[in-house]
Amino acid sequence: MTATETGVHGHKRRFEVDLRTALGSVEVPSPVLTASGCSANGAELEPFVDLTAIGAVVTKSVQLRPRSGRPTPRMAETPSGMLNSIGLQGPGIDGLLSDDLPWLAERGARAFVSIAGTRVEDFAELAQRLRGVPGVLGLEVNISCPNVESRGEVFACDPVAASDVVSAVRAVADPAQPVYAKLSPDVTDIVSVARAVTDAGADGLSMINTLLGLVIDPDTMRPVLGGVTGGLSGPAIRPVALRCVWQVHQALPEAPILGMGGIRSGLDALQFVLAGASAVSVGTAVFNDPSAVARVHDELAAALAQRGFASLREAVGYAHR
Amino acid sequence: MTGDPAVMAITAALLTRPAPRAAHPPVQRVVEVAGRRPVGAYVELTLAAPEIAERAEPGQFVAFAVGGETSGLLLRRSIAIATAGDGEVSVVVSAAGPGSTWLTERQVGDTVDVVGPLGRRYPMPPRGTPALVVGGGYGSAALLGLTAALRDAGSPVLAVVGAATADRLCSVDELGALAEVVVTTDDGSAGRQGWVTDAVATVIGQVGVVYACGPMGMLRAVADAATAAGLPSYVAVEESMACGIGVCMTCVLPIVGEDGRTRFSRSCTEGPVFGGDRVRFADVGALPWDVVGADAMGVVAP
Ligand SMILES: Cc1cc2nc3c(=O)[nH]c(=O)nc-3n(C[C@H](O)[C@H](O)[C@H](O)COP(=O)(O)OP(=O)(O)OC[C@H]3O[C@@H](n4cnc5c(N)ncnc54)[C@H](O)[C@@H]3O)c2cc1C
Ligand SMILES: Cc1cc2nc3c(=O)[nH]c(=O)nc-3n(C[C@H](O)[C@H](O)[C@H](O)COP(=O)(O)O)c2cc1C
Ligand code: FES
Repeated sequence: MTATETGVHGHKRRFEVDLRTALGSVEVPSPVLTASGCSANGAELEPFVDLTAIGAVVTKSVQLRPRSGRPTPRMAETPSGMLNSIGLQGPGIDGLLSDDLPWLAERGARAFVSIAGTRVEDFAELAQRLRGVPGVLGLEVNISCPNVESRGEVFACDPVAASDVVSAVRAVADPAQPVYAKLSPDVTDIVSVARAVTDAGADGLSMINTLLGLVIDPDTMRPVLGGVTGGLSGPAIRPVALRCVWQVHQALPEAPILGMGGIRSGLDALQFVLAGASAVSVGTAVFNDPSAVARVHDELAAALAQRGFASLREAVGYAHR
Repeated sequence: MTGDPAVMAITAALLTRPAPRAAHPPVQRVVEVAGRRPVGAYVELTLAAPEIAERAEPGQFVAFAVGGETSGLLLRRSIAIATAGDGEVSVVVSAAGPGSTWLTERQVGDTVDVVGPLGRRYPMPPRGTPALVVGGGYGSAALLGLTAALRDAGSPVLAVVGAATADRLCSVDELGALAEVVVTTDDGSAGRQGWVTDAVATVIGQVGVVYACGPMGMLRAVADAATAAGLPSYVAVEESMACGIGVCMTCVLPIVGEDGRTRFSRSCTEGPVFGGDRVRFADVGALPWDVVGADAMGVVAP
């Protein structure tokens, strides 16, 4: 039998496009990052991706204490997407500080640490503990968790609650670490939330988080997920994500945007850049293709070159012209 | 259920050690289908995948992208490795839903994107230990590599292979070349009528270690029988997986760790092979209070 095994990327070409970008004040060599919760804390991707070549590893949202996450089933496949109800399973900040961050730092990989909590003080304490930690490039504040002090309403759905969290984090976070607020699309007016958090000191905006969804099993006639509802992600949400990036860039052209939601190819990433994102995260596509983050980088470079851009920076927001 | 002294006593006396980490990291390759053959109700695919074949250890699996590059089916399908050698890997696929049906339709010469080998192997017993391997449905295929390895290590192997009906059996002849095989079917259409567990009960006294692959209910029954007989058992679980490589946290099961504490462990990277006495089968799909981190979810001790 003739055995043929071809590399997934095929050949690698070099393009003359300058892909450097910045997350807030910090320069990164690539605009393509992982998305929180879709690459664990990076180690499992090592066989597939050069972690030092990508923009940064955005770590799974970490909380103060270890969390088991929700019961299974935690996942349902949907057309061009999936629902998840993981429930932020993770080792807690102690585990992240003792194991995952040193591992990434040793390799020279940049970590953009996603933090989550259920009260404002949780976020502030996490930001405090991440001050000056080697390899930590910045913080992504996941405000899509329920606020225990406000009848479980999600922080990101309320401009006041969202800005409370961001100003508390910005006040104590390492000044060298940019703070990005991660917004939810499940709001009436995402621009007002974006404005509230930038006024509160956010150095950038990550958007979007998952949309709340539901799947019912026609056989059992019950919701599929252990957590009943779950977060919808993948290419199915790309038009919604792109619309959010467009609207926010239109209203706040100076606010750096880390765009995400259904990015699977370089052309998908290009759309986010043209809409106003200066960096992108690849999430669910990693489950389909573990080398997706590196592939999207290469494809984005090619797409920019083909369109005559000499640098990524020139293309940011280009669709608004 | 757990938390009571009787169960604590059992967890204190675990018979199994966690399965070892794989010796080699996985690779992602686009490979050619080199062979395709229907086996009963299933389809066996042979892939020309030398790097995966070289690295594969018994108990590991591969994960396929399905539906083509622009498919709306985003999640990989995990399939146990049946055999690996001479540059080829074979798998046995049951057409259950759209993803696995697409796989069974691949023809010789088609290419597929596959990641593997993934997960952890079945641990080997001390040399010469008589072993029982128990397969349910297409799960029997996943025991071929293990059975060969046990034979090579001087272990006499007994195999119990069961399925609902005759056409849902697989790998019976291949296992027969390596071991003494007992076949059971629920409807009696082949071998003895009854469940695999009935046959297991009659032979378990003759062995020193038990291995299983098949549906969850069967794994639980086999693990319980082994533990009751004072024998270590290792089971390969099949939990819903989105990524197969350990990054998404969808595939977790409540597993008792070496320190006696239960964690939600990923079946793709900490498994799919777990000690049968470490899986808390009764708590699958639940969030028991004594799982590490359950307190942060607001679950309190009863
Ligand atoms: C470690 C492991 C080994 C496996 N080995 C085999 C094998 O050797 N042969 C074989 O035919 N099948 C095997 N499976 C099951 C296989 O991966 C498919 O998930 C199953 O056949 C469902 O088919 P589908 O994707 O067409 O169904 P769909 O309903 O379209 O699946 C949707 C999603 O749910 C998941 N899912 C659905 N059913 C199962 C299931 N029973 N187990 C796990 N995930 C499920 C799928 O992976 C997919 O992500 C294995 C699964 C695991 C985790
Ligand atoms: C399994 C899974 C887990 C996720 N966990 C987190 C998380 O812990 N924190 C967070 O901010 N976003 C989390 N997300 C959301 C993603 O980071 C991302 O915002 C979203 O999935 C949209 O991008 P995508 O379509 O590329 O996946 C998760 C998404 C998935 C699918
Ligand atoms: S399937 Fe993604 S972590 Fe196991």
